[in-house]
Amino acid sequence: MVLVFAENSDGNFKKSTLEAVSYAAEVAKSNGSTVVAVSIGKVEDSKLSELGKYGADKVVQINHGAVEAFVAEVYAKALIQLAKQHDAKIVVLSNTYTGKSLAPRVAAGLKAAVVSGVISLPETQNGFVVRKGVFSGKAFADVQLNTETKVLAITPNTFTLTTFDKSAEIIIADGGVSAADAISKPVEVSKVTGKIPLTEAEVVVSAGRGMKGPENWGMIEELADLLGAATACSKPVSDMHWRPHSEHVGQTGITIKPNLYIAVGISGAIQHLAGVSSSKVIVAINKDPEAPFFKAADYGIVGDAFEVLPKIIDAAKKMKAAAN
Amino acid sequence: MKILVCISNVPDTTTKVTFTDNNTKFNTAGVQFIINPYDELALTRALEITEKSGGTVTVVNVGLADTEPSIRKALAIGANDAVRINAEPVDAFFVAEQIAQYAKNEQFDLILTGRESIDYNGGLVAGLLGELLNIPSVNVITAIDVDNGVANLERDIDGGREKLTCKLPLVASAQKELTEPRIPNMRGIMAARTKPLKVVEPTSPQTYAATVGYDLPAAKGGVKLIPVEQADQLINILHNEAKVI
Repeated sequence: MVLVFAENSDGNFKKSTLEAVSYAAEVAKSNGSTVVAVSIGKVEDSKLSELGKYGADKVVQINHGAVEAFVAEVYAKALIQLAKQHDAKIVVLSNTYTGKSLAPRVAAGLKAAVVSGVISLPETQNGFVVRKGVFSGKAFADVQLNTETKVLAITPNTFTLTTFDKSAEIIIADGGVSAADAISKPVEVSKVTGKIPLTEAEVVVSAGRGMKGPENWGMIEELADLLGAATACSKPVSDMHWRPHSEHVGQTGITIKPNLYIAVGISGAIQHLAGVSSSKVIVAINKDPEAPFFKAADYGIVGDAFEVLPKIIDAAKKMKAAAN
Repeated sequence: MKILVCISNVPDTTTKVTFTDNNTKFNTAGVQFIINPYDELALTRALEITEKSGGTVTVVNVGLADTEPSIRKALAIGANDAVRINAEPVDAFFVAEQIAQYAKNEQFDLILTGRESIDYNGGLVAGLLGELLNIPSVNVITAIDVDNGVANLERDIDGGREKLTCKLPLVASAQKELTEPRIPNMRGIMAARTKPLKVVEPTSPQTYAATVGYDLPAAKGGVKLIPVEQADQLINILHNEAKVI
């Protein structure tokens, strides 16, 4: 049996969760087993049964006072208990902050090998091998998991959704956890609203020192808004506090793999490229024709950001108007 | 207050990554190794905490003798003592088990790691340690203060931030904003030479996962340049040719 953690965000399943369920379904298909999704916290029944559409056979719902807020030690305990109860051989999670808090704890509880940042389905010809990104995007590693039970945290935006014509059966469970299991206590959660989280964004507009100062980010935000994109930045820009650290992509920042990455005024140092080189399509805009980014890009415009951006923004506006 | 900081020895961020032995081993020739940058933040924060409210900071590394320059650097930055568990850090579970084995008898109040190492990018050791030691684990923290046996923390969550409190002991992993790294001064470097660095042998050398091969990303097919006066065409190309918007 394949167990998948169906992470919700304020009662909704994000695309990364549906990807994890689809991934679990693919794994289950190849070894002839079934998929049990585990949802923790408050989610409407209709949304739970809809996980069947993405491949879940059953959905175990844990929704009581002790799991109202995310507490890693509590959620992990519930997942470990359910994995043992259902004799799960493979546990799938999404490689989000939440998923990454849980995957290692679940693995330790099950004495299971664990790989995070997985970007391939398992190869089972010769052992059980999955691929992951290493050296912050500079390379890939094929990792063999040598234990009977395995835990995989899969990278968002990597697997396509497969749909099935079924509805998942909902099973209510308590997960064997109570309020007494929570040692850490969430005090306050502040979510950035109306913005697309960088790690989940399919399009990212990123800018560097070429923007000359934080006051010029209006154009970047406008373009991102038009393209439904998240905004990102280079290391020097976050070091100078022009933009928050949370936007810094690169080797010591966040590694992302959107469908489209547009880099404006970023030269393309090796550390930056490491964090973005898995993007499907890369566009580099830089006034220096020798900028290393052009070697890593699919499309390039050699020109000043202040000249190029207004033209692109105009074109994006026109495209949006035509689409409406 | 006893703090343990787990450090990893990783290739410098400017390293051009290549492999040897039919793509099964990382090529260390000419590579400069450093303390994993996130671990350095964890170490600095640990020092800030003990400087304020007293205590000691121990660093632990799972590695062979070649990691000692990084361990000495951690001592130069200010750690009181160090422990090297003499084994190749094969996978995260193995590393965490070794550290847990050592930490169990030492009664640390707080264990800090980096959010992930910049070579294997696992981000697993903190959570593994938490479960193995049966204590809470808080990932990607951007702030931590300790007061009267309770830690007040802030961490990154998907799409936002969370403030939380947690009774010690606990393990937490350092995210970028936690603090600024500290550069060792001459006195620190001199003192580091005589600070205790204990080498212990690993216990039960079981490994759970192993890297069987490496691969480099496929080279890009070459950039297609769009003349600056036709910059507006980019949107059209991304829509109709690349089909990504």
